Amino acid sequence: MDGLTLEQVLHFAAKASYFIAALLFILGIKRMASPVTARRGIVQAGIGMLVATAATFALTGTDNLGWIIAGLAIGVIPAWMSGKRVAMTDMPQMVALYNGMGGGSAAAIGAVELLRFSSAGVSPPVAHLALGTLGALIGSISMSGSVIAWAKLDGRLDRRFTFAGQQAVNTLCFLAALGTGIALVFYGLDVRLIAVFFGLALLFGVLMTLPIGGADMPVVISLYNALTGLAVAFEGFVLQNEALIIAGTVVGAAGTLLTQLMAKAMNRPISNVLFSNFGGGGEGEAIEGSQKPIDAADVASLLYIADKVVIVPGYGMAVAQAQHKIWELSRLLIDADKDVKFAIHPVAGRMPGHMNVLLAEAGVPYDLIADMDDINPEFPTCDVAIVIGANDVVNPAARTDKSSPIYGMPVLDVVNARQVVVVKRGRGTGFAGIENALFYADNTRMLFADGQAAAASLVSEFKAIEGGGGH
Amino acid sequence: MIDGFLALYIFTLAAFTGKEIIARVPVILHTPLMSGSNFVHGIVLVGAMLVLAHAQTTPERIIGLIAVALGAGNAAGGYVVTERMLEMFKSSKPAGKAGGKG
Repeated sequence: MDGLTLEQVLHFAAKASYFIAALLFILGIKRMASPVTARRGIVQAGIGMLVATAATFALTGTDNLGWIIAGLAIGVIPAWMSGKRVAMTDMPQMVALYNGMGGGSAAAIGAVELLRFSSAGVSPPVAHLALGTLGALIGSISMSGSVIAWAKLDGRLDRRFTFAGQQAVNTLCFLAALGTGIALVFYGLDVRLIAVFFGLALLFGVLMTLPIGGADMPVVISLYNALTGLAVAFEGFVLQNEALIIAGTVVGAAGTLLTQLMAKAMNRPISNVLFSNFGGGGEGEAIEGSQKPIDAADVASLLYIADKVVIVPGYGMAVAQAQHKIWELSRLLIDADKDVKFAIHPVAGRMPGHMNVLLAEAGVPYDLIADMDDINPEFPTCDVAIVIGANDVVNPAARTDKSSPIYGMPVLDVVNARQVVVVKRGRGTGFAGIENALFYADNTRMLFADGQAAAASLVSEFKAIEGGGGH
Repeated sequence: MIDGFLALYIFTLAAFTGKEIIARVPVILHTPLMSGSNFVHGIVLVGAMLVLAHAQTTPERIIGLIAVALGAGNAAGGYVVTERMLEMFKSSKPAGKAGGKG
């Protein structure tokens, strides 16, 4: 160690740890993009986080050590416990909430930096100041926007708030926040102006998210996830910290791509999601015909004579906690030599892939689960399609009715199956508030019941037929 | 020091890396991957710790404390929910292919 001070050694150790952490993050995310390696991916990224956090203690000194440990405890304990407890159905809003925390953290870092520059009275390089302010702006928007997204998905805010001239108000609010930020960078760091800047940025996040309907929320959460990544990267530039720059930028880019993939799956350009009022526009054509009810015993008979059964689960199935009973029914069908598949719309559940998680939780192997593009050509040869808790994603109006607000959204062509059974609690409309033409189709029968009760009675009726029919 | 063009290079290369590593993700992993990348930007915790460590006034310490608490919540919560989701992904065949286009 000759010639090196302890401080230099610690500095080197921390920098080396940040490099290792950045590498582990990139490898971890890459592994998380394949089902075979995904589990190892998150563990690897977790090790990276531990290494980086531990190494940071080499740089923090002892002045505010108590504050740091208090902050860690305040953050880690409730988040860890809520994460362990949250039901799989509530996962999307939990991700939104944790994402909002990250955005808030980046914004708070920006705030401390601005305050420090302000009280020191020296002006830092303009590039640092500009990036720090931009990171704070994006982080604030991401935080308040994510909180609104969480409240909407958690059912605490179940209305869209729209009023005339909303886009103009939102644009003005954004320009005001941006203008205040520019004033901070070029005309001086007045403490009151800093407060106004954060107030406007937080307000814009709220205003921007309020008019967006629940069905579009996944895309919005993904967008805020990418934005938080960017905010973290920008604050990383100010702090001269490579781990923040690289991890933040990688998440920003990966999150942007993921947002595009999701928007594509819903056939809704991102600009359309953000700036048009989904579900509030066109009414769609009036639907002819009526909904024809059926009872569980008749559905069981249909299943008994069917060769090929496709189950189309939606979020409503998970809310009713019916996935375990549905999987029990599926196993009975498979044991009776029937071809059973699960058809998943890319945005089934509250986020793309959410339904796969819920089915996996019930024990459904992922090779029985088919994507929309793979299963759609198979519906004409399907004897019985069971739709349980899905609504907008099976609405044929998306293909045929140009006046429908969901026109153009890719849907599962369930209507092409020989026989369709829809399990539904009542006659109401779906998440997007649109009537479903499938429910009125000639080959559709409605099984009006709670999802779990319906699945349970299908299981017992099917067993009764098998027992009585001398199988 | 990371400055000017060097910063721009790091930013550009990291951005391309981010796009490249998830380019072929199957739909079944969209939610866990979003959650996993949400965990990774929890690294903001490190920045928050450094800022709090060098805070000199009470307002700076309080906002720094908020930054650390929020960053720690992002990292801890993000890890737990991602790990719980991925733990459940099993195939009926060992090392089978995904239901997606993967």
